[in-house]
Amino acid sequence: MRGTEGEDGRVVLDPTGELVPQSRPRVARPHSLDGLRVGLLDISKPRGDVFLDRLAERLSARGLRLERYRKPTFTKPAPVDLRHEIATNCDVVIEALAD
Amino acid sequence: MSAPRPGLAELAPDRLPDGVLAVVRRSCPTCSLVAPVLAQLAGAGVGLTVWVQDDPSFPAGVAGVVDDTGLELSYRLGVTTVPTLVRVEGGREVERLEGWDRAGWERLTGVGDLGPGLSGFSPGCGSMTVEPGVADELAVRFLGPALKSRRVDLGRLEDEAEAMFARGWTDGLPVVAPTEARVLRMLDGTRRAPDEVVAVVPPDQVPCTVEKVAVNAVLAGCRAEYLPVVLAAVEAACTDEFNMHGLLATTYFSGPVVIVNGPVALAVGMNAGLNALGQGNRANATIGRALQLVVRNVGGGRPGGVDRATLGNPGKYTFCFAEDEAGSPWEPLSVERGFGPGASTVTLFAGSGVHGVVDQLSRTPESLARSLALALRAVAHPKLALGFDVVLVVSPEHARVFKEAGWDKARLRAELDGLLTVPGQEMVRGAGGVAEGVPEGFASTSLPKFRPGGLIIVHAGGTAGLFSAIIGGWVSGPTGSEPVTREVGS
Repeated sequence: MRGTEGEDGRVVLDPTGELVPQSRPRVARPHSLDGLRVGLLDISKPRGDVFLDRLAERLSARGLRLERYRKPTFTKPAPVDLRHEIATNCDVVIEALAD
Repeated sequence: MSAPRPGLAELAPDRLPDGVLAVVRRSCPTCSLVAPVLAQLAGAGVGLTVWVQDDPSFPAGVAGVVDDTGLELSYRLGVTTVPTLVRVEGGREVERLEGWDRAGWERLTGVGDLGPGLSGFSPGCGSMTVEPGVADELAVRFLGPALKSRRVDLGRLEDEAEAMFARGWTDGLPVVAPTEARVLRMLDGTRRAPDEVVAVVPPDQVPCTVEKVAVNAVLAGCRAEYLPVVLAAVEAACTDEFNMHGLLATTYFSGPVVIVNGPVALAVGMNAGLNALGQGNRANATIGRALQLVVRNVGGGRPGGVDRATLGNPGKYTFCFAEDEAGSPWEPLSVERGFGPGASTVTLFAGSGVHGVVDQLSRTPESLARSLALALRAVAHPKLALGFDVVLVVSPEHARVFKEAGWDKARLRAELDGLLTVPGQEMVRGAGGVAEGVPEGFASTSLPKFRPGGLIIVHAGGTAGLFSAIIGGWVSGPTGSEPVTREVGS
């Protein structure tokens, strides 16, 4: 069909979102948690709290400052405000997935 | 006369020649017939311009003939018939006539006694712009540049199907190459502008235009008339309530199920009868597939990427069917969900495959309801409750039992709700020697299997077979997915 063939073949339209992702370097992993503000994020899966409670116990015993966070539901991405709050208040975050 | 193609208005010539404009071709008998009339008008001082599609020497002896053998002017003006006579004032079209009609032409031109000796009326011929093959070519030439998707040049030596597999555009089955001509034909199925954003598609949260939906509808194998249904399905799927993101990301079996109601189902030839949930109907198959391809290609949602399904289900290729409203004893799903009786809608449900229910012996509604309740209890797990919605597809032979007993849908749902309220002690963890179950705290209460509104009942299927189907859901409600209904537009 005329109009659909280029010089070398057939021209089709890209069905994708045509995203051009930008790579950003990750923050380097800390060698130690000493002195860092640690966030514990519960994604609201059943029994995730069991895991995080135990982690909180262990980390508190090491004298670390902890902040607890919780996603409204595990089935949706964390709301922007929550992500911003964690990023503002914490140096590292531990996200727990459980079932 | 067919309506001009969508978007053509913007392509109309900015400024037409004032006076009278005639579009003709020599090979049209009516145009030849009115050649003397055009000569008459040329001498009458009406400011005649003639665009001729095939032979610039036609009509003989008339000044002001413009060669439109490239058909660009005719196409941009949306001419579908020759002769077409247009009155232009201030560069804008103010009136248009098609074919030869003496009275009409005299009124439009203000010139009397046109074509003495000719019959007063002769229908025109098709414009060359609408000839088979030509229309597509012109669309590509003049509308194609308005399409914004990146052009991908498949190599001449590349097998087309293989090239599209290699680029990751398919669900594992072959797809139709989305050439400009095919995408433009697909866009003929809607009045919506190609650059209108339909939805923001997860997981990559990409604004998706009508054009991108059309490209994926071509890939899926849709006909143009399915596009409005696909558009409505994409809109419904990408709402916060339906939560396509979570439905994609889950380890569970589920995927989007599209249930179509209203006249559009019949108009586009969907199947609501024999094998309604199965293969073989192009509309059912490709509408559901187009939605999945939009999620895959536009949203970037792919198995092994954000799609983490442990097993998945075959309905994730496509799962779309229509409700059999004509044969149903009950109101359609769309009406239950607040739409008018004549409305065409899509309802999106987060579904996990089909589970069949056999009951060939029940002849009373009480017995059949108990049968269905037993089977419905097994959704997700017989000892789990309230976490999953369900669609119960009642087939004609089962529906007849309820119809003859005078049970409306509300009655059936109420009976099922009662039968599906189970003592917590049977459901708790450990009961029956099964660790799975609801938390121990529910032991002293009774639990409804489904939340209010979580039991959806529709009517579909062939007329033989005392079977119904259960389509189990996924995490229900605000925590997971709410069924979402949207009206199908034009």
